[in-house]
Amino acid sequence: MRRLALGLVALALVPVAAAARDCPQTSLGDIEDEVMCPVCGTPLGLASEAPQANQERAYIQRLVDSCKSKDEIKRALVAEFGENVLALPGDEGDDDLGDVLVYLIPALGILLAAAGIAFALVRWRRPGGRRGGPPPVSADGARLDDDMERYDL
Amino acid sequence: MPVAVLCVLLGLLALLAYGLASNDPDRSVDEALQRGERAQAPGLELPRLGGGGNAALADYRGQVVVLNFWASWCKPCKEESPLLERWHQRMADRGGTVLGVDMLDVTGDAQEFIADYRLTYPMLKDRDGDGLEAFGVVQYPETFVIDRQGRIAAVQRGPVDEEFMQSRVEPLL
Repeated sequence: MRRLALGLVALALVPVAAAARDCPQTSLGDIEDEVMCPVCGTPLGLASEAPQANQERAYIQRLVDSCKSKDEIKRALVAEFGENVLALPGDEGDDDLGDVLVYLIPALGILLAAAGIAFALVRWRRPGGRRGGPPPVSADGARLDDDMERYDL
Repeated sequence: MPVAVLCVLLGLLALLAYGLASNDPDRSVDEALQRGERAQAPGLELPRLGGGGNAALADYRGQVVVLNFWASWCKPCKEESPLLERWHQRMADRGGTVLGVDMLDVTGDAQEFIADYRLTYPMLKDRDGDGLEAFGVVQYPETFVIDRQGRIAAVQRGPVDEEFMQSRVEPLL
């Protein structure tokens, strides 16, 4: 009888333990880089101590504490602030051009930088690319050589 | 090669310039007021804060409307709220109302704010910032005084005070 009672108690505790293990499902830090501070116009993670950002953080923290998942929290934020609160391209929202540009512009920047480096390298390696002879020995260099010779043990 | 790089750089600069230009707030209301004109107030239809369907600015045509954009986290909004409530009471039987627009705010916090300051005037919720764009609002709070013909008679970018209400609202009542 006693064993049966213990078994029942253990069974009853299983869902509680599972729920405790799953909660919280996410964290403020995990979310604040993926959502915007709508008033500041920056991702929430970059919005430092702006009062609106602090209010949004507090709201997210309350939702985290009440065991909401990341998706549920994002949906709640959209309900409060509209779809512009979502910072990740491809998240809900209808700014297709913005979604493309956010990937295109950094890619273009990287391509440009790579092209610039390649261009500079080709010019540098080309015969005659380096104009003039070897760099002149500076006065500091000569003095250093003298000092080194003087203190050479 | 340098020409292609230059073209891409110019393109990026043009994109940056477009982004900066498109973020400029609309100041046509202020310019009209400076010329001594009253611009027609933009159309504004938003959900009532806390539910109960939508309300439009046009619903208040024929009344003097003190349209106040605010948010619960905004300190100057807290300072001006008692004054706005007093004026709402004062205007109620003279064909005037304060109409609050809670901007980009958490609804629960906004309702707490309303309860704390015992605000009784109607409140709308600007979830997406549509009203901000329509009226060129860039700071918190901002207040637009709209006459009985639906034209903007005055604007205060920052908290209102008794002097503003006396000089800009009272003559319209």
